[in-house]
Amino acid sequence: MIRIAVLLVCLWQSAAAQTTELTADFGPAAAARTIVLRSTTDLAVLRPVIETYVAARPDTRIVYEQWGSNDLYSLTAVDCRNGRAGADLVISSAAHHMIDLVNEGCAASYASDATATLPPQLTWRDQLWGVTREPVVVVYNRDLLTPEEVPRSRFDLLDLLRPTDSRFAGRVATYDIEESGLGFLLAFSDSLEATTFGGLMEAFGRSGSIATCCSAEIIDRVASGEYLIAYNVLGSYALQRARQDPRLAVLAPEDYTLILSRAAMIPAGSAGSGAARDLLDYLLSQDGRAMLEAQDLIVRLGEGDGSTIEVFGPVETLERPVGLNPTLLVAMDTDKREIFIRRWRDAFPQLH
Amino acid sequence: MPDPGGVRATLSLKSRVALAVGSVLVLGGAVVLATALAYGRQAAREAYDRLLIGAAADIATAISIRNGVALVDMPVSAFELMSLAPDDRIQYRVVGPNGTTLTGDPATPLPDAFPGTESVFYDGAFGGEPARYVALTRRFAERSFSGPVRVIIGHTLLARRDLARSIAQNALIVLGAAGAVMALFAWLAVSRALRPLPRISDALAAREPTDLTPLRLAAPKEVAGMLTALNGFMARLDRQSVATGKLITDAAHQLRTPVAAIRVQAQLAASESDPARRDRIVARIQDRAAGLGRLLDQLLSRAMIIHRADTAPATRLDLRDVAVEIVEKTDDLFVQAGVEVMLDISDRPVEVTGDALSLAEAGKNLLTNALHHGQPPIRLGVTNGAVASLWVSDCGPGPPWDMAQTPGERFAKSGVGGGSGIGLAIVREVAEGHGGRIAMRHSEGQFVVALELPGRPE
Repeated sequence: MIRIAVLLVCLWQSAAAQTTELTADFGPAAAARTIVLRSTTDLAVLRPVIETYVAARPDTRIVYEQWGSNDLYSLTAVDCRNGRAGADLVISSAAHHMIDLVNEGCAASYASDATATLPPQLTWRDQLWGVTREPVVVVYNRDLLTPEEVPRSRFDLLDLLRPTDSRFAGRVATYDIEESGLGFLLAFSDSLEATTFGGLMEAFGRSGSIATCCSAEIIDRVASGEYLIAYNVLGSYALQRARQDPRLAVLAPEDYTLILSRAAMIPAGSAGSGAARDLLDYLLSQDGRAMLEAQDLIVRLGEGDGSTIEVFGPVETLERPVGLNPTLLVAMDTDKREIFIRRWRDAFPQLH
Repeated sequence: MPDPGGVRATLSLKSRVALAVGSVLVLGGAVVLATALAYGRQAAREAYDRLLIGAAADIATAISIRNGVALVDMPVSAFELMSLAPDDRIQYRVVGPNGTTLTGDPATPLPDAFPGTESVFYDGAFGGEPARYVALTRRFAERSFSGPVRVIIGHTLLARRDLARSIAQNALIVLGAAGAVMALFAWLAVSRALRPLPRISDALAAREPTDLTPLRLAAPKEVAGMLTALNGFMARLDRQSVATGKLITDAAHQLRTPVAAIRVQAQLAASESDPARRDRIVARIQDRAAGLGRLLDQLLSRAMIIHRADTAPATRLDLRDVAVEIVEKTDDLFVQAGVEVMLDISDRPVEVTGDALSLAEAGKNLLTNALHHGQPPIRLGVTNGAVASLWVSDCGPGPPWDMAQTPGERFAKSGVGGGSGIGLAIVREVAEGHGGRIAMRHSEGQFVVALELPGRPE
């Protein structure tokens, strides 16, 4: 009864910005209610959650659009400036983008029993809600690293990169912060967290590390052995791949591990806001969270099968949740970005 | 339940006090609410303005000049500070010396003017929502860069409103509690103050109809005034009632003997066959009847005096007019007796406060007493001084000593020539009714009896 249509859009077909990576249609086409859901999340990860939701609600149709985080931000901001809402629910991993949109007054308020269950740092103004819980991890190739070489912390990573003849030179990868809003947010959060970030960037630059765009690509190359280590990968993707590929190992750095929540907002004036609220309530409900947990979108460190994600030391002291609050506006500041990106370019000269 | 008669019960005192206290609380509540809101708004404004200036100063110190360009390394601490107003949206920009926006939202409103001072606060709007801004100026004087750089940061007003509301709310709670306590105390005080009233009405209701003794009860000052007036009223009633009783007793006493005597004489006359002796008896009956008539006149006159003592309004009058009137009224009597009265008055008015009719009646009695019991020449006079006196003198010996001691006290025995002593009793009552007295003295072979009244010396 669920009709699914998947439409792949080739990324390289349009170099211009603001093109969906992918769209998909869930539920009956003639359904009474339609939710346009725009997200940065890979459809493959989110698909079971949406299918379960739609299966229980025959009157609801969900049009899913997958976007790159920077595109999703500029598209939503343009919509907001023009006083219209192209989507009914927007979920992005680039929390600073979402904070900026809410700060600009682009979001509608909503409060329910479900939203009330969120801790204060994962909600802002009743307009932004953190729906997932994903550790930011290190992925390495189990076959190519000796147990002694496994970088349990950023200090270990620095040590691996220090020798001039290090075999890790040019084989450590991370997000390109200019291409990926999420990458920028993670790097920015790192810079706030500890002074190791400066040293790490310097080490990345010196050793010729790789900055590239996408989670899937990075993880694939770690599996193939092209890269040995991937730094700052979102746990959801890493875990999904690691379950299927025994060569991949995932660890939570023991000095600290960032915990990211994908932020959801309902654009002000959206036509399907009622249905969007219902979907939001579902994502925050027990059932919804169980589904997200099954898809590794909600990950609890040190719980369940500890074999999937390696944790060293007590969980309480290493977790650093990225809170949804106005301090993330600093990550949106023009000058701040310029300063930050200049440092980044200095570290990765090969990119430009 | 006694018949309320003409008494109309209006709104009860308790209700009035409740209304007054209620009005005070409502009005006071409105004033306190307005004040508390204003104060709360002021306090919230000051508190969050400090937050703004702190954040602006934080940003200002993060401005550095690199290669002749001002660059802002936006500090996270500034936004952590701004997050103390947790739900407010934040807008900021940094403006260079030539007015270009270095970083931040170019739509951030500027103040009307940048004053010479370092910072200025102003109200504006952030996307249609009211907001509060501060503009902070930092001046640079580098070789490659000089001029003022302005940091402008503002936020919406949710936190300020919350704080103002909670301050006002607390004030209202305190006021409400104070109001409840005030109302309670007012209720207790009024209940306590009014407790004597039912006691008084109970005491009055429980009285015998003849009991006119004063009420002796403790009561608050305002109620005590009413109680005193009530006691005064009852005392007057008592005096009237006693006087009336005395009058009736006296009248019965006085009239019984002469009426009995007339009856005996009439019986004698009826059984007397000798015309000459019957004529004598009839003449005696006539005498007796005439005496009885005079006695009745005096009794009625006395009744009138007693009545007037409590009822007639006291007016200012000239005692000389009274003296003249007395002479005029007794003129017939003296002409009949062939005696002349000499009037001794000065040309100055002798002013007293009193009832002219009563005073004239008293003077008339003094004069007729002198006519009946004294020796001519008889004089009637008025003198002024510390006391004003209306006096009568004759050349007789005066009354017997015991009567002079207690003039007019009782007048059981009939005086010589039909005098009864009632006359003097009338004079005494008039004197007392006017706050004066009777004075009697012998001087230079004369007997002087005077009605002395509190004078009004010129």
